[in-house]
Amino acid sequence: MLIRTQVNGEWKTAEVWPGASLLYMLREHLGLPGSKNACEQGECGSCSVWLDGELVCACLVLAAQAHGREVRTVEGLATPEALHPVQEAFLETGAVQCGFCTPGLIVAVTHLLAQVPAPTDATIREALSGNLCRCTGYAKILDAVHLAADRMRTTPR
Amino acid sequence: MEVLLPQTLAEALATKAALPDAVPIAGGTDLMVELNFDRRRPAVLIDICRLPELREWRKDDGTLFLGAGVTYSRIVRDLPEFTPLVQAARSVGSPQIRNRGTVGGNLGTGSPAGDALPVLAAYDAEVVLAKTGARTRTLPWHQFLLGPKKTALAPDELILGTRWRITRGPGSFSKIGPRNAMVIAVASLCLVLDEASRTIRVALGSVGPTILRAPDAEAMGARALADAGGWDDPLAPVPIKVAEDFGARVAAAAQPIDDVRGTAAYRRHACAVLAQRALRWALDDRMRASGGGPRC
Repeated sequence: MLIRTQVNGEWKTAEVWPGASLLYMLREHLGLPGSKNACEQGECGSCSVWLDGELVCACLVLAAQAHGREVRTVEGLATPEALHPVQEAFLETGAVQCGFCTPGLIVAVTHLLAQVPAPTDATIREALSGNLCRCTGYAKILDAVHLAADRMRTTPR
Repeated sequence: MEVLLPQTLAEALATKAALPDAVPIAGGTDLMVELNFDRRRPAVLIDICRLPELREWRKDDGTLFLGAGVTYSRIVRDLPEFTPLVQAARSVGSPQIRNRGTVGGNLGTGSPAGDALPVLAAYDAEVVLAKTGARTRTLPWHQFLLGPKKTALAPDELILGTRWRITRGPGSFSKIGPRNAMVIAVASLCLVLDEASRTIRVALGSVGPTILRAPDAEAMGARALADAGGWDDPLAPVPIKVAEDFGARVAAAAQPIDDVRGTAAYRRHACAVLAQRALRWALDDRMRASGGGPRC
C-alpha cells in the first residue's frame, strides 16, 4: 500500500507491504537506517522515534498508522554543520560503546530534555527505562544526559 | 493483507460488520509483536487510532467513561484522581509503550496480566461494546473477560470503552516483577475502599486464568472495619491481625500456576503480601485524610 508520511520535515511516499512496521519503512524504503532494528517487540527502545511529537517504538507502529502523520527520527537531529548537543555529549562522555542502542537513546534523551531541562538521576532512569544498553554503559549514559542538560540550559538551541 | 484507515466510528463499525475477521489495531504493543515475529497474518487490519470517539474520556452523572483508545500516558496526565488506575498505568512497560498502549488493548487482548484489568475489576467496571445498526451493549467486566486471551467480544463489535461508578475512598494498585519497568506482572493487585457502600474490593492479576476477585476477603475486611468502628471513625484502631487474615484470604482466592515468570507458591505468597500492604495503605490514607498520622 502507498504510505505518505512527513519524515524529518519532508513528505515522503513509499509502497510498503501492509503488515510492515514504521521501522521497516524507515530503514528499508526511506533510506533512514538510524533507528535500529533489534528486539522488534518494544523491549529495547533502539527504534525510538517521534510520531506526532510522541516518543514511540517504531517497531510497534504499523507503517500504515503513520500515513498522513509526522515522524521525526534520529537523522533529523544533527545539522550539516554540527551534531545535536545530546549527540556531542554522548561522544564526549564515552556513552557510546557498541553503538547499537545509541540512536534510540539519543532520541529518548532529546525528548526528556525538551520536557525536563534539569532532570535528576531518578527522572533520567525512569525516562530511559525503555531503552536497553547491552554493553551496560548506563553510568556513562547518565553522565552524558547531565552534560547535555547543562549545555542546553546555558546555550539553548 | 490489507490495512483500512477509517476516520469515524461509524465507518469502522460498518467495516467490522462487513469483514468480521478484520483485526483492530490501536497501540500495537501486542499485535505488532505477533506481526513482526510472523505469528499472525490477519487478512485485514483496521487502524482504530483515528477514531475520535475512542480517544475521549468523560465524567457523567457520577460515572467515568474511559474510551478504549485512551493511552496510558494520557491516563497518567489527565486522570490523577483515579489513584489505582494511574498507578497501574505508570507500571505499564516504558514511556514509549505507555504512549501507545491503551486500556482497550488490555481488554481486547484479555491477558490475565493486563495491568489495567485488576483496576477495572476492583472498580466493578463495565465494558461498552458497539456494533453497526444497534445500540451499544454493556457487559460487567467478569462477563467480558472469559479466560486467558478469551473475551465476549462478538466478531462484528468493537470495544468503545469502559465505564464505572466513581467511588470515594482510598485505593492502590501494586505489582510484582523483576524490575520497575518493562515488566509483565508476576502478580498484581488492586484494592479499592468504597466509603459510600462501605465495601472493600480486591482484584488480582496474573494469578489465574483471568482477573479474580477475592469476595471472602472483601467481606471479612469490610466486617472487621465495621467491628472496629472504622467506617464511622477513620481514626479507630484496626487490630493488626485483620490485615494478616485479609492477606491470607486474598491468597486463598488466587488460582496461580507455575510458569516462566514465577511459581504458583511464590505467586500465592505475593498475593498475601500485596493484600496486607494494600489494606494498610488504604487505612493509613483514611487516617491521614482525617488528620491522623500513619499507625506505624
